[in-house]
Amino acid sequence: MEYINLVFEEVYKILFLLVPVLVSVAMIVWLDRRVWAFVQKRQGPNVVGPFGLLQSLADALKYIFKEIIIPASSNKIIFILAPIITMTLALIAWAVIPFGEDQVLANINVGILYIFAVSSLGVYGIIMGGWASNSKYPFLGSIRSAAQMVSYEVSIGIIIINVLLCVGSLNLSDIVLAQQNIWFIIPLFPMFVIFFISALAETNRPPFDLPEAEAELVAGYQTEYSGMMYAMFWLGEYANILLMCALGSILFLGGWLSPIDLYPFDLIPGAIWLILKILFLFILFALVKAVVPRYRYDQLMRLGWKIFLPFSLTYVVLTASYLFYFNLLPTP
Amino acid sequence: MKITRFLKTIFMVDFATGLLIALREMFKTKKTINYPFEKGKISPRFRGEHALRRYPNGEERCIACKLCEAVCPAQAITIESAERSDGSRKTTRYDIDMMKCIYCGLCEESCPVDAIVQGPNFEFSTETREELYYTKEKLLDNGDRWENILAANIKSDNPYR
Repeated sequence: MEYINLVFEEVYKILFLLVPVLVSVAMIVWLDRRVWAFVQKRQGPNVVGPFGLLQSLADALKYIFKEIIIPASSNKIIFILAPIITMTLALIAWAVIPFGEDQVLANINVGILYIFAVSSLGVYGIIMGGWASNSKYPFLGSIRSAAQMVSYEVSIGIIIINVLLCVGSLNLSDIVLAQQNIWFIIPLFPMFVIFFISALAETNRPPFDLPEAEAELVAGYQTEYSGMMYAMFWLGEYANILLMCALGSILFLGGWLSPIDLYPFDLIPGAIWLILKILFLFILFALVKAVVPRYRYDQLMRLGWKIFLPFSLTYVVLTASYLFYFNLLPTP
Repeated sequence: MKITRFLKTIFMVDFATGLLIALREMFKTKKTINYPFEKGKISPRFRGEHALRRYPNGEERCIACKLCEAVCPAQAITIESAERSDGSRKTTRYDIDMMKCIYCGLCEESCPVDAIVQGPNFEFSTETREELYYTKEKLLDNGDRWENILAANIKSDNPYR
């Protein structure tokens, strides 16, 4: 009996995290489209619900009632598995994101490694989807996507090393608490910029949305998908973007910490600050989508391997030497 | 020159300016409208759905001269006429195939009595083909419904004719 209670308690906790994440994914899609429209001086979705807030729910409803078409020549098991994997991986990473001092689902001491591992696995959903479709556009799209995500994960990993050097712990809560005096965005500003750009590439956002470049590849790995399976890819993609925003605000913007440590601002709970920071980063994501044109494939690879990787590696050396020389290395 | 270009690239100056411009544009007035709820202004010469007008006493204007039928480049208009009991010539049939019509406005221009006009209504899509074969009743009904605007449009455009 006690065992069942324990299971239920955990299930409640998970639901308490997952439902808000899924709802905010829907809202964030709306925000994305709305910001994009505003930059282009359009109205954007504004009919369904107040300010069009329920647009994504209406879209989701439409996807649910649509027919799922499985191509005859596809590998059916993998074809169905791919969107499930993408969405699951995008959601499980949220387990270690701290929303406050003790508000973490799983306070594991290798949190950042866990996120890194899970986001690396995200490539599999895309590759499986592209390969199992047995069609040229999804295949080319997934190959591009795999190459792109793998390349930019390398630079993200090295950027994370920079932060970890200053913290001395892989636990995400420790990373936030280490920023009580100064947010890492100030000493590590170049790293923040590179992290932001790599996060754009990692989540296949414009200007790095080559895997689904509609002018060349129809819709990339999503071409053969329809109905709820397409919606799951779409949900997974936006959950990933949100996760990258959360990671960025935890690594560089002080997570749940209040930017102003004065009386009235202290009362605002940390989760609200984290959400505000995530929103800020996401609006930046959306603005970038509206501003920049798509990169060419070779430019993308050159940027990843020839510029970001050496630059962040040099910065690791610089950070390490600085910390070592001034005896600032964190003691475990 | 090359060094400034290099520094510009490193500090992403162009990108930052682009972002700032985007931010500024975000708060400007929108160029689009909420279409079904608000509509853009259209000219009095707008060539929309056809209508057959009447005189203020209720007599239909059309005298069955068939000029519109003759001028119609798409041959969308079919007219049959007969003498009425009071000796005037009137149409017994006035059909417009709205799917053949190219909305050129020649019928309106050729009409000596301003009977056939193209009104401001452009939202008359239907779900079946049959509904777009307009008959005389439908056209006269349109004329009655839009008479105020049609008369005002013709009046405002009169000085330029």
